Amino acid sequence: MSATTDRRPMSGTTSAGRVEIHDGAGWVPVCGYAELTPGRGVALLVGGEQVALYRDRTGEVYAVDNRDPFSGAYVLSRGLLGSRGAVTVVLSPMYRQAFDLRTGVCLDEETAPDGSPAVLRVWPARVRP
Amino acid sequence: MERTDGTDRVDGTDPIDGTGGFGDKDDLHGTDRMGDTDGTDREHLVLVGHGMVGQRFLEALFERSDATAGVPARRITVLAEEPRPAYDRVHLTSWFSGTPAEELSLCPPGFLDEHGIDLRLGDPAVAIDREARLVTTASGDRLRYDTLVLATGSYPFVPPVPGHDAEGCHVYRTIEDLEAIRAGAAGARVGAVVGGGLLGLEAAGALRAMGLETHVVEFAPRLMSIQVDEGGGEALRRKIEDLGVLVHTGAGTRAVTTDEDGRVSGMALSDGTGLAVDLVVFSAGVRPRDQLARDCGLPVGERGGVVVDARCRTADPAVLAIGECALAADGRVYGLVAPGYAMAEAAARELTGGTGSFTGADTSTKLKLLGVDVASFGDAHGTTEGALEVLYANSRAGVYKKLVIGADGALLGGVLVGDADSYALLRPLALSGSPLPAPPEQLVLPASIGAASGPVALPDEAVVCSCHNVTKGEIRAAVHEQGCASVPEVKRCTKAGTGCGSCVKLLGGIVAEELAASGVEIAKGLCEHFTLTRAELYEIVRVKGIGSFSRLIDEHGSLPGGEGCDICKPVVASLLAGLGNGHILDGEQAALQDTNDHFLANMQRNGSYSVVPRIPGGEITPQGLIVIGEIARDFGLYTKITGGQRIDLFGATVDQLPPIWRRLVDAGFESGHAYGKALRTVKSCVGETWCRYGVQDSVGLAIELELRYRGLRSPHKLKSAVSGCARECAEAQSKDFGVIATAAGWNLYVGGNGGMTPRHADLLAADLDRETLIRTIDRFLMFYIRTADRLERTASWLERLDGGMDHLRAVVLDDSLGICADLDELMARHVETYEDEWAATLADPERLRRFVSFTNAPGVPDPTIRFVAERDQIRPGPAPASALIAGPDLEVRAR
Ligand SMILES: Cc1cc2nc3c(=O)[nH]c(=O)nc-3n(C[C@H](O)[C@H](O)[C@H](O)COP(=O)(O)OP(=O)(O)OC[C@H]3O[C@@H](n4cnc5c(N)ncnc54)[C@H](O)[C@@H]3O)c2cc1C
Ligand code: SF4
Ligand code: FES
Repeated sequence: MSATTDRRPMSGTTSAGRVEIHDGAGWVPVCGYAELTPGRGVALLVGGEQVALYRDRTGEVYAVDNRDPFSGAYVLSRGLLGSRGAVTVVLSPMYRQAFDLRTGVCLDEETAPDGSPAVLRVWPARVRP
Repeated sequence: MERTDGTDRVDGTDPIDGTGGFGDKDDLHGTDRMGDTDGTDREHLVLVGHGMVGQRFLEALFERSDATAGVPARRITVLAEEPRPAYDRVHLTSWFSGTPAEELSLCPPGFLDEHGIDLRLGDPAVAIDREARLVTTASGDRLRYDTLVLATGSYPFVPPVPGHDAEGCHVYRTIEDLEAIRAGAAGARVGAVVGGGLLGLEAAGALRAMGLETHVVEFAPRLMSIQVDEGGGEALRRKIEDLGVLVHTGAGTRAVTTDEDGRVSGMALSDGTGLAVDLVVFSAGVRPRDQLARDCGLPVGERGGVVVDARCRTADPAVLAIGECALAADGRVYGLVAPGYAMAEAAARELTGGTGSFTGADTSTKLKLLGVDVASFGDAHGTTEGALEVLYANSRAGVYKKLVIGADGALLGGVLVGDADSYALLRPLALSGSPLPAPPEQLVLPASIGAASGPVALPDEAVVCSCHNVTKGEIRAAVHEQGCASVPEVKRCTKAGTGCGSCVKLLGGIVAEELAASGVEIAKGLCEHFTLTRAELYEIVRVKGIGSFSRLIDEHGSLPGGEGCDICKPVVASLLAGLGNGHILDGEQAALQDTNDHFLANMQRNGSYSVVPRIPGGEITPQGLIVIGEIARDFGLYTKITGGQRIDLFGATVDQLPPIWRRLVDAGFESGHAYGKALRTVKSCVGETWCRYGVQDSVGLAIELELRYRGLRSPHKLKSAVSGCARECAEAQSKDFGVIATAAGWNLYVGGNGGMTPRHADLLAADLDRETLIRTIDRFLMFYIRTADRLERTASWLERLDGGMDHLRAVVLDDSLGICADLDELMARHVETYEDEWAATLADPERLRRFVSFTNAPGVPDPTIRFVAERDQIRPGPAPASALIAGPDLEVRAR
């Protein structure tokens, strides 16, 4: 992820910064950084797709699919953030599986009930002053 | 007088006389029916009696024949007098509290078919011809047998006093007996039980629960004279009288008197007094049903019981007898199920070419009678030469304990009334004859005072689980050799603890000790972020006045600066909320809440939410119902009445929650906290106000309790109920705290649970006035909140609490820990600072900000939440795999 260094706002820009997500074609501004509560997420519509955007306690932002592959419901933005060792994860609010926010990989189960791999699409996200 | 003993009679006249038409053997050969021989030369086994022991025998037979494959299978016919397959007679009384007959069944579905067993319900055996090896049934069928097994059980003994068979007299043995008692109780006011033994007290409890004024008439000078001694009988009597049962000991029944219609109207007692009663239950002991054996000339004991040897064979090698109808090789007739099971196993082994024998059994018992623990084990009466007694009695608490110690200092037996927690440990000690691990005085002291010694003290050969005969050594082996690392694993592997369950606590202790000994560390901490338990964190937050998760994890977490997880965050959120740190959606607290708390609603399977307004005590005005109905209609919500006497509205999207609640709050409704680990509802019955049996205003109290404890955050959800009389229509004894009205006040029960692991609540205190009741509940709740683990319901907390109920009573009633002032203050603060979370949320735009489907597109609804119609309401439709693909289903609500 090339945008890693942009995952945090530059010092001094904390409250004024904007969050942008790359939708494949270009960077799309989605919301103010200050609108994000540390440890929680929000749901976004990006080019017709549902994206879950989070901010962790250290201030970094992450974006993944909002769809929970285990229930099929679009609810991951409502999960709590947590850490598994050094990995920041989101815990599905439906059946509590953990997903690595950097890779989108589910750490608890390999495949979803429909047989597809339990991996979320990771959307590049950055904070701009 | 309803009795099911078709073949045996109390008065000793010959009941089989006159069954006629059988006995002419020549004729018989001609009429031998095809049904008796199936054309193969498979042996035919006929079992007479499909009771508890009969069923166990069949199971053991097949467990064995799996092991002895190759032995040609037998053909099996079972003759049953009762109209249903074997059921759990031991738990018969639970039928009164609502356990359906099917649930009591011991015969697994498919069992009979799988093994090709021909079970003939309602067709008892009436005669045996041993020479011809023929059994005749009541319907006139004659069956040839190769092996005959008698498992006919016992019949209740009814003293032949005048009036003993009047209308209104009952016995207590079968489901049909109970049906008759219930029907009779409907029109009755006063009931009497003749006999103050184990069954009599159970019957008395049942009558009491049906709202009858209940008397127990016992001939002996004390209750349960077989199991307990005088002191124990006294303690038991006091406890039982506390529950409103009137006990008459040393009183024989001289006659049952009747009115002009021949119905029971009273009893004349041997002490010259009389009782006016409408219903009588005879429970004066049981007698073996050995009439069939007597009539065919098999030897029976002087006081009844078919004589068998250690292999359960009668004098005729083709006939076996097991269970309560048998007089075992040790010269005793056993009236308990465990010895019966042991005989069933021995007989099955005998018939499948194995070796096994039954030479006697331990008759230790532990029971809960009317909520009172009673246990007796080993030489309970101290009949061994030179035996000494060690006593502990606390008549206020109704506790009586006696240990019988041999001249050599070994434990021989004992009696425990009111607190039988140590039974599981003491019984095996007494039976193994090993030296005591501690001075006997210490073993009888309540756990909160004396140092009760742990399971280490038990020798390896001590039987820990008597139901399945599992020793401590076998449990240790399961841990060390078979790698079992938890109680469930040990249960699966050894079967220990899967019978009556009384040994589970001891089992847990042994497993924990063995695991600790083998160096397995049992992590007690909350999760990877905290090595502390919830109770420890509670104390830290309280004492240090910590107000934020960041500070807690940075100062006390195992990984300072860490993110936490979905285990520790909600726990801390609940602690902070419980200790008065403001609205749960404010500041950093907002980030900690579980998703349900975060949106103050319950997330459902498709990501939509359900809304539950509080309806205290289940009381609601017609106008209130109309408002809820209108809101549900206007927002297109699915409505369902919950088990907690409120109304659940399903199918709201995140953005609909505020407008729905706006209307609810305007109509006077509050958050029902269905989403939180908090008080749910206080259910109630209509009570005295309307119900003709009620003795107190149960609805009024339920409302008061619900308003007092609403919003109280706790380790897990809290449920409660109030019943207006002992009939218990509100099911208070299945709740975390339940209250049942008595004529004198309120009885408080705690630690009950429904759901997956049901537990009957224990009586904490009886006949409390309202003020004391509320103070006691306050302290109970706060003590629980303070000390319980995460997600630990009151039921398991109480099971785990050192010293159990006695300790809890000491803490909340006698302030033994000196913390009651603190507990009272914490509750007072909760009551003072309570505010409706939804009203407060609606009043604050900052808190409302989160209720949008998409942060970057406010006002756009979530297109993936879809509903279809079912039974005139909505239900979740399948979610589309991608937001862009529309499903084919009918959309009934446009968003
Ligand atoms: C209310 C109650 C509570 C109890 N609580 C406990 C307890 O806590 N602990 C404990 O250990 N024990 C308890 N018992 C005793 C326990 O139920 C018995 O020990 C056990 O049922 C004995 O099993 P059994 O098969 O020998 O007799 P039963 O279970 O009585 O079965 C005998 C069966 O044979 C049938 N039968 C009789 N004659 C014939 C015939 N001629 N033809 C066909 N069928 C016939 C009977 O109808 C009956 O169905 C309790 C009993 C009762 C009634
Ligand atoms: S409704 Fe209440 S008062 Fe009436 S019988 Fe049931 S428990 Fe008793
Ligand atoms: S003693 Fe009954 S289950 Fe163990």
